[in-house]
Amino acid sequence: MLANSKKDPLETLKQFTPARIGVGRTGTRPLTRDVLQFRTDHAAAVDSVYGTVPESILSEFSLFSVTTQVESMEHYLKRPDHGRLLADEAKTLLQKNCLQTPDVQVVVSDGLSAKAIEENLGDVYPALIDSLESYNLQIGTSFFVKGGRVACMDQIGEILKPKALVLLIGERPGLMSAESMSAYMCYQPGKGKKESDRMVISNIHKRGTPPIEAAAHIGTLIDKMLQQKTSGVHLIV
Amino acid sequence: MDKTTTLLGETFAFHSLKEIMAKANEERSGDELAGISASSMKERMAAKQVLADLTLSEIRNYPLLSPDEDNVSALIENQLDPAVYEIIKNWTVAELREYILSDQHASDDLLTLSQGLSSEMIAAVAKIMSNLDLIQAASKIEVQTTCQTTIGQKGVLASRAQPNHPSDNIKGMRASLYEALSYGIGDAVIGINPVIDTTDNIYALLHETKNIINEWSIPTQNCVLSHVTSQMRAIEKGAPADLIFQSLAGTEAGNDSFGISLSMLDEATALIHEKGTAAGPNRWYFETGQGSELSSEAHFGIDQLTLEARCYGLARHYKPFIVNTVVGFIGPEYLYNSKQVLRAGLEDHFMGKMHGLPMGVDVCYTNHMDADQNDMDNLSMLLGTAGVNFMIGVPMADDCMLNYQSLSYHDIATVRQVLGQTPAPLFAQWLEEQGITQNGRFTSKAGDPTIFLNLT
Repeated sequence: MLANSKKDPLETLKQFTPARIGVGRTGTRPLTRDVLQFRTDHAAAVDSVYGTVPESILSEFSLFSVTTQVESMEHYLKRPDHGRLLADEAKTLLQKNCLQTPDVQVVVSDGLSAKAIEENLGDVYPALIDSLESYNLQIGTSFFVKGGRVACMDQIGEILKPKALVLLIGERPGLMSAESMSAYMCYQPGKGKKESDRMVISNIHKRGTPPIEAAAHIGTLIDKMLQQKTSGVHLIV
Repeated sequence: MDKTTTLLGETFAFHSLKEIMAKANEERSGDELAGISASSMKERMAAKQVLADLTLSEIRNYPLLSPDEDNVSALIENQLDPAVYEIIKNWTVAELREYILSDQHASDDLLTLSQGLSSEMIAAVAKIMSNLDLIQAASKIEVQTTCQTTIGQKGVLASRAQPNHPSDNIKGMRASLYEALSYGIGDAVIGINPVIDTTDNIYALLHETKNIINEWSIPTQNCVLSHVTSQMRAIEKGAPADLIFQSLAGTEAGNDSFGISLSMLDEATALIHEKGTAAGPNRWYFETGQGSELSSEAHFGIDQLTLEARCYGLARHYKPFIVNTVVGFIGPEYLYNSKQVLRAGLEDHFMGKMHGLPMGVDVCYTNHMDADQNDMDNLSMLLGTAGVNFMIGVPMADDCMLNYQSLSYHDIATVRQVLGQTPAPLFAQWLEEQGITQNGRFTSKAGDPTIFLNLT
């Protein structure tokens, strides 16, 4: 206790929470540096919503690109239903380029944070492929979906008929992290699948769920799905 | 219902009350997503004109969702006071607007009127009111409620302290709460959104918040905003709860998707009355928000403003201590930008007050919405002038658990100062006793959370 009391009491409080406490005030208003820091963090979050995934990172992992029925960011935000449906030419491209009926199909999408893909794909993707290979799974032809929503998994499932699908997608950015990614997984995705059939590992970023750890965990879950032939609330883990 | 009107040389035909109600709304992305909004500004105005001429009995006689099919409709219908309705049933919606805004009619008149109004009638009049109409009307209505303490007095702006933590860490929650109290925030409720919805965790958070309230004799109430069933389990195990919480939807199917039913709410009412720690009589805390029925595909083609009003119709049955709309949280597919959020905030506040509810607002936005903190500054001042019962505060407006932005503790203190409003009376007195304020002004202790540390 003595050691504690020698510590700056404000620092003692601040160590317990990432919340922006102990910021002080001038009148009833916050101090300048805190206001500007807050607005800067918001700017980073907004930029990551409106950003684009650099071509270089997609070509690094030989991911070809397809689009959904979404034509702009405003369109994406207002019509989540359109982000669940692939553009017509995308269906043809998938049929032409991709291995049919693989054990596991990996799909990447910007979703609500292009920055999440830019920052995390380089760590997650190779580790994920390693992990899936370690279970001797046949991996399909990976690709990138621009303007995708989580449920675009179902239409991709209808076209390529994988046993299981992993979608790596950018999450809605927060101020703490504008670059957080989620991995959604589903056994035999297709029409009529419900949210409770999908599984998710969220908060994948350097200060959240570490990318390498997430990749290993995804591999384990996919292997279990293929063994138990189910996913979501029905899977015993 | 078939109605035709000619506006600026163009003829517009409407084929149902549902269509008129939807097209009369100010523009919002949720109605567009549902495919029910007006296709042009002129069509929107035509719908408003037609709506203004409908009588209140026409609105009652053409239910948007039949009471036989939906228990929220049935509950709203059964609430109507026949004596009041008899007097007003031949009024048009236009006349209703003018009655509400007239200087002749004060808070008591409007609260009496409220008993003869259905949620659909209140929604209808909101659709033909301007933003300033919504402010003026709401500012006249005073709704006081009592749990452990009383809020809602004229000139009082209460606040919810929302000391959330990303892993429900008790010390972290305490740290954020100390910060809140040091800014005079927390008189409406100390309310935590838990990450982990288990009985044990809800129990622990209720205990901890109650301990802090007792330790410092804070005149306020506690609440943990989990699903109502897990609060009930915790309370049955003896957890001290002043308030019980639930999110509401405006249709039976919407409530079903929230995992609640009216009988469940009745059970919770009985439980909190019997085992709750507050004196009451008001022991419920409800949250709502435009778009939630559409997001759960439980909207029946009804516009989101009307569905929101129906939430208030449901809420008033349970005589809550506090209700708030989480106006900017549901997402840009329902309210796209700051203009739409600002309008919805004023609509929800007015409609809640017109139902006789102790209405608060979570002035908030997400990062994929076209809005920023300056827009929240604007909305908080507008709601302050409209006499909102309470607003929600988080440290520096950044909720580190729910990942969205609300108001900061500073912001609520600022609105109070600029508008000459005070915290709830007992809480204001407590702030003086703690030396946080002196004659209502911040002292050097204000904004220093360490004053609540017991350093031994």
